Amino acid sequence: MLYSSIGYYALILGLGISLILVYFSIKNFQNSSTLNTKILSFTFLQFFLVVISFVSLVISFVLSDFSNETVFNNSHTTKPLFYKIAGTWGNHEGSLLLWLLVLTLFILIFFLKTKNQPLKYKLLTLIFQQIIIIGFFLFLIQTSNPFNFIFPTPEEGMGLNPILQDPALAIHPPILYLGYVGSSIIFSSALAATYLNLVSKVWASHIKKWIIASWVFLTLGILLGSIWAYYELGWGGFWFWDPVENVSLMPWLALTTLLHCIIVLEKKQVLTSWVIILSISTFTLSMCGTFLVRSGILNSVHTFANDPERGLFILVFLFSLIFISLFIFFFFHKSSPNNSNSFFWLSKETSIIINNWFMMYFLSVVLIGTIYPIFLEVLSSQKISVGPPFYHKLIIPFLIPFLMAMAIGPKLKWIKSNIVDKFYLVLFFAISIVLSFLIVKKFSTNLLINTILVSSALYLFFITLRDFFIRKYSNISQNIAHFGFSLLILSILLNNLFSSEIITNLKVGETFTSSKTKIVFKSINQKQEKNYKSIIANFSIENINETIEDLSPELRIYNQPNIVTSEADIKTTLLSDKFIVINIVQNQDYFNVRYQVKPFMLWIWISVILISFGGLLSFFKREHEK
Amino acid sequence: MKNKLLPIFITLIFIIIFIFFYKGLQNTSIYTPQTKISNKIPSFKGDLFYSDETINSSNFFKSEKFYLLNVWSSWCVPCRKEHVLLMDLKEVKKLKVVGINYKDKKINAENFLSELGNPYEKIIFDQEGIIAIEWGAYGVPESFLIKDEVIIKRYIGPLDKKLTEEIKSIIK
Amino acid sequence: MKIFKLFFIIYLISSFNNLEASNDDIKSKITKNLRCLVCQGQSVYDSDSEFAISMKILVDKKLAEGFSEIQIYDFFKERYGEWILYDPELNKNTYILWLLPILIFVIGGAIIIKSFIIKKN
Repeated sequence: MLYSSIGYYALILGLGISLILVYFSIKNFQNSSTLNTKILSFTFLQFFLVVISFVSLVISFVLSDFSNETVFNNSHTTKPLFYKIAGTWGNHEGSLLLWLLVLTLFILIFFLKTKNQPLKYKLLTLIFQQIIIIGFFLFLIQTSNPFNFIFPTPEEGMGLNPILQDPALAIHPPILYLGYVGSSIIFSSALAATYLNLVSKVWASHIKKWIIASWVFLTLGILLGSIWAYYELGWGGFWFWDPVENVSLMPWLALTTLLHCIIVLEKKQVLTSWVIILSISTFTLSMCGTFLVRSGILNSVHTFANDPERGLFILVFLFSLIFISLFIFFFFHKSSPNNSNSFFWLSKETSIIINNWFMMYFLSVVLIGTIYPIFLEVLSSQKISVGPPFYHKLIIPFLIPFLMAMAIGPKLKWIKSNIVDKFYLVLFFAISIVLSFLIVKKFSTNLLINTILVSSALYLFFITLRDFFIRKYSNISQNIAHFGFSLLILSILLNNLFSSEIITNLKVGETFTSSKTKIVFKSINQKQEKNYKSIIANFSIENINETIEDLSPELRIYNQPNIVTSEADIKTTLLSDKFIVINIVQNQDYFNVRYQVKPFMLWIWISVILISFGGLLSFFKREHEK
Repeated sequence: MKNKLLPIFITLIFIIIFIFFYKGLQNTSIYTPQTKISNKIPSFKGDLFYSDETINSSNFFKSEKFYLLNVWSSWCVPCRKEHVLLMDLKEVKKLKVVGINYKDKKINAENFLSELGNPYEKIIFDQEGIIAIEWGAYGVPESFLIKDEVIIKRYIGPLDKKLTEEIKSIIK
Repeated sequence: MKIFKLFFIIYLISSFNNLEASNDDIKSKITKNLRCLVCQGQSVYDSDSEFAISMKILVDKKLAEGFSEIQIYDFFKERYGEWILYDPELNKNTYILWLLPILIFVIGGAIIIKSFIIKKN
């Protein structure tokens, strides 16, 4: 009980400090010689208060303090300690506290680390960031207080959904938020720079590190979410174009585009308007995403508890930010004169523009697909679903030129270029096509589109690989990131082409036989664990070359909350994953068994790690290498 | 002039989007499928529960009376409460109560009926659950009020006192 | 060096023969397009709920009876509405959905080409 009070008053104080900070910043802005050191102290204090609040909530969870409503709703005494802690941010209120933590942390780091920028710029960034922070404090205190009391104190909590009790899911929010919420700094500083007419090469170099950091975390955060979905949810997929997934993908697309643009802006004063728009859009998309998944407006596999009051608050907050941004952009932005926009059509600038063009298209597909059902329902009360087929149809064909551009683009010089390496470009093109034709013909229908797809991915793959080995890259981080991307597309395509599955009903002792596989349901063990009853089914799977694998999927019957989960058993090798899952069939004594062979799963994860690694390298690159 | 046009246009678009989202908040996101009421009954073939004889939908709803088709199973908890009301409806002269036993084991279903009574004139045994889908049902319990081979009303979820009164008044 | 890579990849591919379970293309395609009504955001293909299992059996039956893919979609649409299909059909309700992204792409291209033409002049 004590901790809840501490946590709550820390929040109130934090909000108060926001107002103090805005006041002092405005004053300092008007008579700006040097930084009023009080500002730095208060920024630190604000962060510290949010930490206190956050830690209070963690302690309440660890102590299973059920007088706290959030703890009551989301925890249980039998939960293992690790998940009690992770449960802090696994719910709506706690995750908002995590938002505040990152918001206040990042502005603090911004203040500490920004050296060679004008004072006014730093102050204005702080002011804009505080607007966001104030919004979140209000949101938290008004509608989503993590420190509500309930009386009388219940004996036991409601428990956390067991599928959320997983290590990948425990660290997925913090990492994701560092990216997602971290883009708030980009937003605030872009607005500040626009107002002060500071959008320039110097500003670009400064903000680039923030963009990369945010981007790396966002990429890894999305990866963790997919890994969790694959290992934990038991359907063998890792991306479903579910609204919540789309909502994390959209800022990522905007941020990646921004990253490419900032590279150009660093070199010359072009694309300034566009950079500002992207900077604003990234965080706006994050906020929009928060709105979509927390307001109950969309039906999804991963929505938090819904409450229209919260939805309304975020909606108003989101659009306030949008209108403020529009105002600043239209009134204060002076676009650069046209003569600095001179580059030849065959140049690196052009390839980046093409990247932008495609990325914005992809972004629009995801955005429209996600929010269109809402609009249609408002207009005509008709509900439709927009699912994977939509996204695949619109995105996949465009991937082909996109991959080709990714291969050729980095090889072009700035301003004007003739194509070097013509021989290799053509050779790899030919090899890619032949190879993919052979691959696809052997294993699938849809010969044409798949061949072309695999070719383009292979093309990028070979070119980046060759560049790496002969050290013919201008930029190793970009080389690795693009290579990672080609590997990602390639792995996903091959996974899609070569995956296979058997679904059957089996009783203990029965066997399923097909031309290539034999599945023997050997036995069942039952065990009582701390907070669930476990049923482990032992299978022996024999495939055509007589190798035998033993797999043991599990069913868990939880008591609080009353849920049955299915834990897949996955055998991962470099080449493929063998994935098996069982389900109880209502009222029958057989089980529904699902066995899948999924090639290249590991490479999908590795490729995303490679992509982030490329970004990470770029972050640590010394200035002189440019 | 053009410089003023673009900002106004974009601001307008965002205002419109705001309105859409605002209205969207009012709608629920849970979907209940709308069957077109006054639809003809689906055509299907099924096995009877007790006799294993296959019947055809064209012969099933022949009488001039009203039919209440109830989808139920022994493992369905709300079905137990609803069952009492069904026994009550069995006594209504102009109504025939028939059932679809959904994804059940015969033994458990028989025990259920011997424990709570059998209101059904006939029961279709739908072990795989596909006949229920022919009707557009997707869970248990659900009920359909039928007359002259046309679905008059559909009830998703268990019947309660209020709904049984409604059924009785429709029949009059 | 390149020949090495080529052989390596061909070797990898040929080692895939022992990895297959069995496959049923059209059924997978249909069940992936059907939405599980009682789940929160899963296709019938992915879901193991009771409803999904029954749907899969029914799809099998309809395919065996000679229904085409479109007929099966119509069958389910009649009973459950458009919402049950993940692939939104192209009808008056969804023209904007499908065409707006393409429009954006075309407009983007136009802007880019225009700015190059302006520069050239």
